[in-house]
Amino acid sequence: MRARMMIVVALVAAAPSLSGAQTIAITGGRVYPVSGPMIENGTVLIRDGQIVAVGSSVAIPADAQRIDATGKVVTPGLVNAGTQLGLVEIGAVVGTRESSARGRDGIAAAFRPWEGLNPTSVLISPARNAGITTVLIAPSGGLISGQAGIIHLVPGSATDMLLRTPVAMVATLGPARGPNGMPRAETIMRLREILDDARVYRTRRADFERAQTRTLAASRLDLEALLPVLDGRLPMVIEADKASDIEAAMRVAKEYNLKLIIAGGAEAWQIAEKLSAARIPVLTGAMNNIPESFSTLGQRQENAGILSKAGVPVSVVGNAGGGDEEAFNVRNVRYEAGNAVAYGMDWNTALRSITLTPAETFGVADRVGSLAPGKMADVVIWSGDPLEFASQPERVFIRGRQVNEPSRQDLLEQRYKTLPPNYRTP
Amino acid sequence: MRHSALALAAGLVASAGHVCAAQESTPPTAPASARATDTVRVGPMLGALSTPNADPFPSTYRPFASRPTVIRNVTIFTAAGPTIRNGSILLRDGKIAEVGATVSAPADALLIDGAGKYVTPGIIDTHSHIGAGGVPGENGTQTNDVNEATAPVTAHVWVEHSVWPQDAQFPRTLAGGVTTIQVLPGSANLIGGRSVVLKVVPSRTVQGMKFPGAKYGLKMACGENPKRVYAQRGPSTRMGNVAGYRAAWIQAEGYRRRWDKWNADKKGDPPSRDLGLETLAEVLRGNILVHNHCYRADEMAQMIDIAKEFGYRIRSFHHGVEAYKIADLLAANDISASVWADWGAFKLEAADAVRGNMALLTKAGVRTIMHSDDASGEQRLNQEAAKAMAEGNRIGVPITEEEAVKWMTINPAWALGIDDRTGSLQQGKNADVVLWSGNPFSVYSRPEKVWVDGAMLFDRLDPSQQWRTDFELGFVPANRGGVK
Repeated sequence: MRARMMIVVALVAAAPSLSGAQTIAITGGRVYPVSGPMIENGTVLIRDGQIVAVGSSVAIPADAQRIDATGKVVTPGLVNAGTQLGLVEIGAVVGTRESSARGRDGIAAAFRPWEGLNPTSVLISPARNAGITTVLIAPSGGLISGQAGIIHLVPGSATDMLLRTPVAMVATLGPARGPNGMPRAETIMRLREILDDARVYRTRRADFERAQTRTLAASRLDLEALLPVLDGRLPMVIEADKASDIEAAMRVAKEYNLKLIIAGGAEAWQIAEKLSAARIPVLTGAMNNIPESFSTLGQRQENAGILSKAGVPVSVVGNAGGGDEEAFNVRNVRYEAGNAVAYGMDWNTALRSITLTPAETFGVADRVGSLAPGKMADVVIWSGDPLEFASQPERVFIRGRQVNEPSRQDLLEQRYKTLPPNYRTP
Repeated sequence: MRHSALALAAGLVASAGHVCAAQESTPPTAPASARATDTVRVGPMLGALSTPNADPFPSTYRPFASRPTVIRNVTIFTAAGPTIRNGSILLRDGKIAEVGATVSAPADALLIDGAGKYVTPGIIDTHSHIGAGGVPGENGTQTNDVNEATAPVTAHVWVEHSVWPQDAQFPRTLAGGVTTIQVLPGSANLIGGRSVVLKVVPSRTVQGMKFPGAKYGLKMACGENPKRVYAQRGPSTRMGNVAGYRAAWIQAEGYRRRWDKWNADKKGDPPSRDLGLETLAEVLRGNILVHNHCYRADEMAQMIDIAKEFGYRIRSFHHGVEAYKIADLLAANDISASVWADWGAFKLEAADAVRGNMALLTKAGVRTIMHSDDASGEQRLNQEAAKAMAEGNRIGVPITEEEAVKWMTINPAWALGIDDRTGSLQQGKNADVVLWSGNPFSVYSRPEKVWVDGAMLFDRLDPSQQWRTDFELGFVPANRGGVK
């Protein structure tokens, strides 16, 4: 009997999201469209999952569901460009890790991790309920880790969630790792060799198929996957921390006409003007100031602020390292942006750094990252400043549907908030 | 895109190198130093060499030079009572001399206007590895001295012997408003060794950082870490873990009895010393406090029973991501919980982590502590507390700012047995004080000035008052100048 009642309750709770295809007017809030200036007492009008109007004098259709956001803050759904959400469930449980390919000699350019995406990951709803509506998922490990994709946290199947794939190739430069690690220059030599051979592969594909070329430096699939990178159609994210490594990446990018994005970038602030002049976006955080390695001696929390002030497009991602901000705590990126403000980033730029800037950097700004007509209706109503701890995301909409199913963490909290009768004896 | 090993290492810290070491199945022999003492002739020095209470590495810490300081017009979270709005505090001779609506201001006092700012006690972290796991820590073991992962029971090691005072993490921790930390051995072992309580101050030696008179702690660890590290030689299961603790305590109890008897009657030669059993016997005598790394609720309940079986107390469970499930049990046994705001899922025993942990524990009357186990998080325990407080409010378990301040001050002070000297702003206590640029639970606030025993050791507004370790000179940019 009890179980049956609970099912009924669950159905009732789910009902609003089932009838999501409707007109919704969010009124009275302080609206940050991000693509334009803040609007006091603004209205966001949503129809059939899309934003149709944003402004201070929007005509509201009679059939619209009105949501009063007076005293609240309204922003686009947040975009976290530094995650492995849906790729890693329990870090130490190998069977739940889908983020690193075995590859060949550290090369896995053809690896498309979203083919292993787990849409039922219990880590997705805590992120989604916290206002994160879009994430970048990136592979890790090796010299060329594979391809990154943009995932929409819409409730649904894995296919439903693929917003744009691929959006970038991912590689790592830096110090020798382990006793047999390559020194920096050899890593770069190897990267050049692979890019060279991808060119060879492109011009002599028929010979390659007939085995009439010398042995190329990577597998057919990996070389094939690198062609859009050589064409400049697919950006290459290079993870590098030391300023000299970032400059080496910039030299390679110039030589091969790569569209470069720097990730990590602990010492990027030291060459902020150069990065700005080359219009190279940077993904970095604002919560690490520890010289953890000889490659990050200059790591500082002002990094994001200095870069953005120099004109570098900065996407703020988690970088403190300890709190699993790539999976369990994807939700925390707004605090990272808040810390960026504490260390010199302009507030509006900080909000942009977790919405529109990553959307632009990864080519999905036509659909997400701002509140503008024609965009997907990913909208969050906050109780206050979204970068503050005390503020709560009160309502989260993805494609115009309010998401509100409790996360596994919510269920555990509810179970133990008052001890269930059958658990009375410890 | 930063795939930090730290996330996986949360609470286990052991790097691959340690795991390899464990696979060599080193026989657990007593350390050479312990055996060597067997032949020491004891005469007039009787006891000096063999008494466990001897203090062979005594603290040489002395408070730094200070001047009387008054902070006025400031909001004060005392951790000992209601918030004082628009209040004042006087620091004199290293102590808190007065705190309240108004205080007397000596003529020679430094006067600081705290309008819009906040004062809290110095933050205390019960779970640190800095100094022992120093930076730069890449590629090997040069600065990684956290886990003596050579045997499941290494009660004989003292983590202070691993602490490098020039670790660049110390000044960053101080700049985060943290004035006292407990450095613990890692969690690779069932019994990992002695911890040490340090003041976060510049020093050439670890002795110069040791909190005078603070008791030692003993690090114990449950669950996945020991059984993974010792999978080849055992323990390889949780039941093996429990058998390992019990065997160690049985040995320790016999050792304590032999020594207590000899100390009482001084008949014949003293029993042989054993550094490991000496530490465990001190736990049984109540002179060393147990800090137990444990994630799962059911395992914590078992550790409580083991403690009862052998007659010792657990002072704090560390990590305790499932502590909220047995909050009643922790409260009934007066065991504190040193936990995170929101770490979880990095291993199976951390899968049931919830952000409401601290709020639910507090509601049940458990002494709840915000700990870090992480040099980065240690710098922002105030932000971690802010997250946990917000979650309490979200789930209908409201937490006041006064309570959240205790999570990072007086509660950890109790867990370290130093709550009579620090951890709250009360007359006569050590003047360990932080002046925050704004409400410490705001993401935009930062410690502006930090005092340890009344001496200002950090001033964000004055680069000359920002400690840089020897290592940092030349290696680490000073972060000043050249920045637009």
